[in-house]
Amino acid sequence: MLTPSQTVGPFFSICLPWSDGPHVVEEHTEGAITLFGYVLDGEGAPVPDAVVETWQAGPDGSFGPDFRGFGRAPTHGNGRWEITTVKPGRVDDRQAPHIDVSVLARGLLNRVITRIYFADEAEANAADPVLAALTDGQRGTLIAGPDHRFDIHLQGPDETVFFRL
Amino acid sequence: MNEDPPLDYPGYKSTALRAPRNERIELPLGPTELTAPKFGESRLGGIDNDLTRQHDGEPLGERIIVHGRVVEEDGRPVPDTLVEVWQCNAAGRYRHVGDQHPAPLDPNFTGLGRTITGADGGFRFITIKPGAYPWGNHHNAWRPAHIHFSLLGRTFTQRLVTQMYFPGDPLFFQDPIFNSVRDERARALMISAFDLDNTSPEWALAYKWDIVLRQTPFEDA
Repeated sequence: MLTPSQTVGPFFSICLPWSDGPHVVEEHTEGAITLFGYVLDGEGAPVPDAVVETWQAGPDGSFGPDFRGFGRAPTHGNGRWEITTVKPGRVDDRQAPHIDVSVLARGLLNRVITRIYFADEAEANAADPVLAALTDGQRGTLIAGPDHRFDIHLQGPDETVFFRL
Repeated sequence: MNEDPPLDYPGYKSTALRAPRNERIELPLGPTELTAPKFGESRLGGIDNDLTRQHDGEPLGERIIVHGRVVEEDGRPVPDTLVEVWQCNAAGRYRHVGDQHPAPLDPNFTGLGRTITGADGGFRFITIKPGAYPWGNHHNAWRPAHIHFSLLGRTFTQRLVTQMYFPGDPLFFQDPIFNSVRDERARALMISAFDLDNTSPEWALAYKWDIVLRQTPFEDA
């Protein structure tokens, strides 16, 4: 039996934010992008006490020690988070470039897991087996805008697709 | 067996507008899910496993040793993984602007610790026993004493944030966060054990708590 999850609670900022947490890569890295968005609750109100964590392959699609791959960004008062990274490569022959995301917050008894895909990868996205299993509406919640904006709707009519592992 | 709490748990009021309503979709495990960041000592950021030595003086409260092992379900250790902890002080107050509980702050206690598990998955913290504190969830609601734990694990699937509790806490029965875990045996896995053998005579009581993460498909240790 596994140790169960519990909420991160309202006071995680004592510990979880790292000064370089949102920097998967340094800002001036070639190809660096700013992924950003808002975490919103079921009434569309910002969630100011969430943490967004990202995990991804490097631009070559590998998970070697030379690429940190991990980002951690608490949301601000307006629910906004942002992470500086580079686009991941394809990790296998079938999946489109993607970033795995965990969202932790007060009121979430477990993390919720989603994925970020990229709008400029239409061909790869069309062939991606995870996206293929979704409806058009669901798929749309997982594709960041051309400006790399990715909002996370925890609940409500635009609820983001969340995964179980 | 996974006995995580349901996201939708009305007893914990903050879930009302935050718990997703749609069924979660199964994500096949691929390279992204079966890897995780590997951080060394540099990630500790100048913080170590002793929460009682971060200021000029020692914090008030009952000094304790909290130790255990991080293992997978079959008992195989999870070495080299980052463990981060945070907690309130002995009076039940967090060093956080959002904590309005009228209990004193302790100038000698921040309530933050980090460590990396050893080859056997072992970890050890020195801290003070956190106090209970009231919260606004329902009338006369009090959180049982707890320490927050965050573990990265060695795959994305193993990422865990949880809370460690203390044995025999009289507040368990009324705490919806603790009781959101529906299975009694699973709840028991969140409670540390008093550990006389590892108590440091004339110095600190010890509590032992092992953390069990999901099995990885890897053959090697």
